[in-house]
Amino acid sequence: MTQTHVFDVVIVGGGGAGLMAALNASRSAKTAVLSKLYPTRSHTGAAQGGIGAALGNLEEDHWEWHAFDTVKGSDYLGDQDAIEFMCREAVQAVYDLEHFGLPFSRTADGRIAQRPFGGHTNNLTKKPVRRSCYAADRTGHMILQTLYQQCIKNGINFYDEFQVLDLILSDGKAAGVVAVELATGELHVFHSKAVVFATGGHGRMWEITSNAYAYTGDGVAITLRNGIPAEDMEFFQFHPTGIYKLGILITEAVRGEGGILFNGKGERFMERYAPTIKDLASRDVISRAIYLEIKEGRGINGKDYVYLDVRPETVNKYAELDGRTRPDGTPYRVTAEEILSKIPDITDFCRTYLGVDPVKDPMPIQPTAHYAMGGIPTNKYGEVVVDDQGTVLPGLYAAGECACVSVHGANRLGTNSLVDLVVFGKYAGIKAAEYAKGADLPRLPADPDAGVRRQLDNLLNGSGRERAAQIGRELRKVMMDDVGVFRTEEGLKQAVEKVRELRERYKQVRVSDGGKIFNTELLNTWELGCLLDAALVTAVSALERKESRGAHAREDYPRRDDENWLKHTLAWLNEDGSVRLGYKPVVITQYAPKERVY
Amino acid sequence: MEVRMRIFRFNPEKDRKPHYDVFTVEAQPTDRVLDVLEWIRGDVDGTLAFRRSCAHGVCGSDAMRINGRNYLACKVLLRDLGTTEITVEPLLGLPVIKDLIVDMGPFFEHYKTVMPYLVNDELPADGKERLQSPEQRERFDDTTKCILCAACTTSCPSFWSNGQYVGPAAIVNAHRFIFDSRDQAAVERLEILNDQFGVWRCRTAFNCTEACPREIKITQAIAEVKRAIQTGRVE
Ligand SMILES: Cc1cc2nc3c(=O)[nH]c(=O)nc-3n(C[C@H](O)[C@H](O)[C@H](O)COP(=O)(O)OP(=O)(O)OC[C@H]3O[C@@H](n4cnc5c(N)ncnc54)[C@H](O)[C@@H]3O)c2cc1C
Ligand code: FES
Repeated sequence: MTQTHVFDVVIVGGGGAGLMAALNASRSAKTAVLSKLYPTRSHTGAAQGGIGAALGNLEEDHWEWHAFDTVKGSDYLGDQDAIEFMCREAVQAVYDLEHFGLPFSRTADGRIAQRPFGGHTNNLTKKPVRRSCYAADRTGHMILQTLYQQCIKNGINFYDEFQVLDLILSDGKAAGVVAVELATGELHVFHSKAVVFATGGHGRMWEITSNAYAYTGDGVAITLRNGIPAEDMEFFQFHPTGIYKLGILITEAVRGEGGILFNGKGERFMERYAPTIKDLASRDVISRAIYLEIKEGRGINGKDYVYLDVRPETVNKYAELDGRTRPDGTPYRVTAEEILSKIPDITDFCRTYLGVDPVKDPMPIQPTAHYAMGGIPTNKYGEVVVDDQGTVLPGLYAAGECACVSVHGANRLGTNSLVDLVVFGKYAGIKAAEYAKGADLPRLPADPDAGVRRQLDNLLNGSGRERAAQIGRELRKVMMDDVGVFRTEEGLKQAVEKVRELRERYKQVRVSDGGKIFNTELLNTWELGCLLDAALVTAVSALERKESRGAHAREDYPRRDDENWLKHTLAWLNEDGSVRLGYKPVVITQYAPKERVY
Repeated sequence: MEVRMRIFRFNPEKDRKPHYDVFTVEAQPTDRVLDVLEWIRGDVDGTLAFRRSCAHGVCGSDAMRINGRNYLACKVLLRDLGTTEITVEPLLGLPVIKDLIVDMGPFFEHYKTVMPYLVNDELPADGKERLQSPEQRERFDDTTKCILCAACTTSCPSFWSNGQYVGPAAIVNAHRFIFDSRDQAAVERLEILNDQFGVWRCRTAFNCTEACPREIKITQAIAEVKRAIQTGRVE
């Protein structure tokens, strides 16, 4: 029996964006948070390096500089009105987090500590600026814990381990969601005036990834299946420094603290690719550089990795060469202890997974799939927009990594995702509650969970000729090989075909566990279906975009082409598995597109 | 290398009591126990149930007993176990729902009782951050690392013998606020913990400190809370 619950606002996802939305929506609206994981297990907790905001605690900085860096980082694909809004709001958002109790690291005079991060600059000198506000190397953990603590304080209604499988639309408006309670296998209908998606990313479609198992693109897939387009899916960021083979992230903060990248010949190769900012260039730039070094046979011992070196002797040598100084003007020199105190978690990862001590040995690294710039299209209030005209779907909101505002455009700057989720999570929550106040509870369609029951029945009763695990492996391989750091027409065509084939084969899968209680096999298999849908849209969007911009690097179209491609992709997934593409213009306020050099 | 995984199984829809299944697996010494569990679920027995998400020791989903000790399955490599005979069981002291999945409800209920949030409604006049020196911040750094995985609480003999004990994780989270110079509710929290089911249940067994995958000095944190209750001073 399906149970029905009624709320003003239902939030799907208990990560940074979802909790921020919940705290704001619940002030005036009856709100529930549904999360397939316990909220504190959300991937926001994995964020390491920091949250960017022009507080100027250590040196001159301005939100306008942050905005310019973000526009440039986005390779001019970000919408500048939204970027200006975010960077201005970021300052207050960070103070809000501190007021909520977030234990930021501190400067000597007791203010929030800040450090340099890739792509963040003093716009006058072009040198790295200290803008990333951090709590050691576990900033995301502190954000997630702090927001969860505030939710407890405010008595938010949580439905933990409830996985949303469908969105309910009625008369062109959001009317709720259908979810399965993992502990019982029962379906629940949450009937509501407003729905906020905050489901995180979809990086599990690549073989080498920094992303959690839970990053299966549920939100994007559910909205696609309900006729809502996905925006800019071809833009997926590869972070340059993942632990070799495992993909576990080594934060940019390591380079912020002075770490240097070396190839197999011992060269500091970033000097050649980004002469000014070197190892702190934007992520897409460094990932491509590593890939090219490896391709030219300059990986370590000719293999497919390079070294990230944060040993004090290395840091000090290059800090001297670069003339790097501390805030008080003295030369920048570090000891092993200082490094360890700034990156304790990274040290722990290296020791656990590599048996390597980062202050004694260099770390073997390779680019790792990291962040979805694309996702559910929204405006700067988190309202979901469903076409190229900015038409809003009443009652539907999205925020955080699953959304595409777009503030990250073709490439996200480090620290800007945490900014994104606190700023847009907040506004999505506020707007959803405002909307709910003025709206009637929409009519619930007859049998709202019929579609979900059909999906699950299909998975339980397939022919069994195919295995989900095998399809997953083939998907991750083809996405890594052909829809990765570099792309070509030929590879993308192959990838589209392969993903189509996998989607067909997926119909032949049968879940062996017929039980109801914690049927993790059933839900993992359902998630694979989400990844397949998101992957198809990603590959098709990438095949069509015949230029190189940010994270989308085409070997056959190596240049950015503003004349034809300064526009966002919108992709609709039709029921027959075909993908329809459309485009919408980029919002430009004051920063005219320029060539991007670091 | 070949490992023999003996895994605790219990499916409430079928089994009257738990049993163990043995899987023989070809694996790399650098594989995580979680990798092996994933492989078993994906390729051998889909009905095996366990929680996981981040796969690198930061989300707290996959705490379980591995060869009799609590670990995060994603944070222990096969080579670190020193044996190829591996027994995997659910956490002790919380009700088993299915296989390696326990009911986390009681754990989070205890956590919520200690006011695990900053209490301070005064904001600086300039609207900016409250000031806190690096030394004041350092005072509670260790206990901010907690990921609520329950490895500590479910390794504690006092908790096993009486589930009403708030347990080490809740005390760790109280400590995080009691010693935060910005917080104003230390007195209330100390009162909550000054109870037969509060800190005084702790018999200093040190199991919690050994079990913590974040290497928090839990026994020390509990001792500091006990001292604060006794002296009435938070230092
Ligand atoms: C290793 C790592 C380091 C990073 N470091 C940084 C950094 O230093 N700075 C920075 O700015 N960004 C960083 N990022 C990126 C940033 O952490 C994420 O983009 C961001 O935290 C995403 O937040 P979110 O709220 O959108 O999603 P999440 O925090 O992942 O939350 C998603 C939520 O949705 C729920 N959910 C998903 N699907 C469903 C469903 N079907 N039904 C119900 N619930 C569902 C999940 O349970 C979860 O609660 C990092 C990312 C990684 C992986
Ligand atoms: S899966 Fe996140 S801690 Fe192990």
